[in-house]
Amino acid sequence: MIAPGAGVRQLKFRDPETGRKLVESLKRVTAEIGRFPVSVMHVCGSHEQAIARFGLRANFPKGLDVIMGPGCPVCITDIPEVDEGVALAKQGVHIATYGDMVKVPGTVRSLADAQAEGAKVHVVYSAAQAVELARRLAPEEVVFFATGFETTAVATAAVVLAGPPPNFSVLSAHKYIPPVMEIVAEMPETRVEGFLAAGHAATITGWGIFEAFVERHGIPVVVAGFEPLDILAGLVRLVELVRDRKAEVVNTYPRCVTREGNLAAQKKLWRVFRPVGGRWRGIAHVPNGNLRLTDAWSRLDARRRFQIDVASLWDYAPSTLAQSCICGDIMAGIASPSDCRLFGKECVPDTPVGACMVSSEGTCKIWHLYGGQPSFEALA
Amino acid sequence: MSARRQILEERIAMKQGAGGRAMRALIEDVFLRGFAEEPVDGIGLAAMDDGAALRFGDRWLVVTTDSHVIHPIFFPGGDIGRLAVSGTVNDLAMMGATEVVALTCAVILEEGFSRSDLERVQASMQATCREAGAIVVTGDTKVMGKGELDGIVLNTTGVGLTDRPVRDCGLSAGDVLIVTGAMGDHGLAVMAARHGLSLDGDLASDVAPLNGLVRCALEAGGEDVVAMKDPTRGGLASSLHEMAGKSGVGIILEETKVPVHAPVRAAGELLGIDPLNVANEGKAVIGVRPGSVDRVLAALQSHPLGREAAAVGYCISERPGSVILDTGFGKRLLVESEGELLPRIC
Repeated sequence: MIAPGAGVRQLKFRDPETGRKLVESLKRVTAEIGRFPVSVMHVCGSHEQAIARFGLRANFPKGLDVIMGPGCPVCITDIPEVDEGVALAKQGVHIATYGDMVKVPGTVRSLADAQAEGAKVHVVYSAAQAVELARRLAPEEVVFFATGFETTAVATAAVVLAGPPPNFSVLSAHKYIPPVMEIVAEMPETRVEGFLAAGHAATITGWGIFEAFVERHGIPVVVAGFEPLDILAGLVRLVELVRDRKAEVVNTYPRCVTREGNLAAQKKLWRVFRPVGGRWRGIAHVPNGNLRLTDAWSRLDARRRFQIDVASLWDYAPSTLAQSCICGDIMAGIASPSDCRLFGKECVPDTPVGACMVSSEGTCKIWHLYGGQPSFEALA
Repeated sequence: MSARRQILEERIAMKQGAGGRAMRALIEDVFLRGFAEEPVDGIGLAAMDDGAALRFGDRWLVVTTDSHVIHPIFFPGGDIGRLAVSGTVNDLAMMGATEVVALTCAVILEEGFSRSDLERVQASMQATCREAGAIVVTGDTKVMGKGELDGIVLNTTGVGLTDRPVRDCGLSAGDVLIVTGAMGDHGLAVMAARHGLSLDGDLASDVAPLNGLVRCALEAGGEDVVAMKDPTRGGLASSLHEMAGKSGVGIILEETKVPVHAPVRAAGELLGIDPLNVANEGKAVIGVRPGSVDRVLAALQSHPLGREAAAVGYCISERPGSVILDTGFGKRLLVESEGELLPRIC
C-alpha cells in the first residue's frame, strides 16, 4: 500500500483549477510511458457517469484509453434472470424492483411489457420499501427482484436479516465485482493495464480484497471516488503505476475506504448470500460472480418458493435488432457505443434494444445523455 | 417497425407534454400543418414562440395561453393558482409585453373537488394578479365526472401590449446569455413534494410573475435585448436548445457561472437530476448584445426577483443548434431531457 497521492485533497473536490493541474499531470505521466495507447479500465457506472457529466473525457490525453468495464449492475443482469422476473410477474405475484430494471429487455419481454399486459410490477427505491410493500399487500406474494453489486446486496441482506413478512421473498440477481475483474484481466484480447476500482463497492469490501488479484495478474488497482478530482487523481496514480511497472493496490479514496472495509456489512452480506458462478450478460460465465441466497434462507428464495415457468415466455422470436446489439463488447471494453450501428438510431432510451441503453449507469445511456464522446478542443 | 413502436407512435405519450423535442414534434405534426398555413400579420403559430404578436395600430398585441396541471396543487413556494397567473404573465413578458391588458381564467374541475381548495386557488390567483398588475376579465367553469381528470385543470389566456416584440430567435454570435436567478428551484421542490421525498424545508418553488423584472431589463438594454425565454418545462437546457436552433447559433454554457441554490444542487445530486433540466417558474433567460450586458445585469440585480442574475454563456457561430456545456473540467454537449424526469434509484 502506498500513501495516497498528493493530488487527493479532502476538500473542494470540484475545483476546476486543481482539475486542470491534474489533467496536466495525467498528460505528462502518460507521455512518459512513451507508447500508446495506454489502456486502463474502470468497472463502475458511477465512474462513467461522472466522467461524462463533467466532460472529463474531452480532456483525457490522446494516448490514454479509459475503457468502461462491466460496471453497470442492470446491464450485466443476464437475459434468463430478466426472464425469471418477467415469468414470475406473469404468474401473478407482485414484483418489486428498482426502476432501472423495468425496461430491460429479456428474451422477448421486459417487466414493462408484462406490466402493460396486466402484471403487477412496482418500482421501489430501496429493499426496505419492497418489504413495506409486502406488509401492505399481505397476504399476496411480493417478490423483490433484487439487482446490484455488493453495495446494494448488503441492503437486501439487511432486510432479510430483519425478518420480513411471510409473503416476502427475494429473486436475487445480485452480482459480485471482484471475480469479474479476473475474467477481464484474463480475456485474450484484453488491453487493460490497470483498473480503477469503484470507491463505493470498496467501502464495503475494503481495498485489501484487491491484493490477491494484483499479485495474480500483475496489474495495478487504484480505488477512486466519484467527484471529478477523485477520478482525475485516481487516474494519475494509476498511470504512474503503469509507468513504473508497479503492480500494487493504491487507495486514493481514504475518506471512505479502509483496508478492511465495512466489517458489519460484510458479515451481513455473507450471512445471507453465497457466491455462485453464473453468466453476466454479454461478458462470460463468471465464477463466483453471482450472489444467491444461502440454504439457510431458502424459504425467502423466490427460485425455491415458486416454479418459475420461463419457457412460457418464448412464444415468439426475439427481435432481429437485439441480435445486432453489441452491449457485451461495450461492457468488455472491446467496443464503444459509437461502434454500434443501433446507437442513437433504433436504440434510444425510450425504446432500448440493449440493457446498456436502459440503466442510468449503462454506458450507452450515459453517452446518449451527455452527447456521446464530444471533442470540443477546437472551440476552447 | 416493431408492433410496440407502432403503438407508441399512434398514441400520445407523457413525453409529448414534457416540453422537449417530442412535444415540439407533436405540435409541428398535428397543429402547425393546418393552422400555420393561414397568413398572420405578425408572429403567429409557425414561429412556435411563447405567444403570438399581432400588429395593433403602431403597437403590437401579444396573446398567449397556457393550461396548468400540477400535482400536488399546493406545493412549497406556491400553488396552481399562482402558477397559472405567473405562467401566462411570463409568456407575455418573454415576448416583450410587460404591460398586461387582461387575463382570462377557465377552470375544469373534477367532481368532488374541495370547495375550500378552489377558494384558496382563487385567492392565490388574485394575489398574484395584484403583484403583476393584471386583472382577470372573463372566464369559464366546467365540471367533469370523478376520475375523468386529476382534480383541476386551470387555463389562463393573457393579452398584453408592446412597442417591440422580443423573439426567442434573435441571437447572433457574440451575444451573451443572462439568467435572472437560480435554476431548478421549482422543478426540484415539486418533485420532492410529489414523490414524498423528505427533502423539504429548504426547497421552494420560485413561481412568480416576471413582467416587472423584465421591464427593468428592457428599459436598461433597449434594442440590445435580442431574445428572451422562460426556462419552464425542460429547464434551461431545453430553452437554450430552442433558442440556439431557431437563431442558428451555437451556445456555450459555463456551468460554474450558473446560479443554483445549495439545497437544489444537493437534491439534484441525490436524485440524479440535473437542475439544468428541470422547470423554473420565476426565471428568464435573456440574450443581450455584448455592449449592454453590464447595464442589463445591474438593472436586473437591483430588482428583488433578479438579485442573483448572472451572465452564464455566450453564442458562437460554430455548431449552430448545439448547446455545449463547459463544466470547468471539460466540455460536453448539453442534451435536452426526454420525457418525465424520475428520481434515480441508487
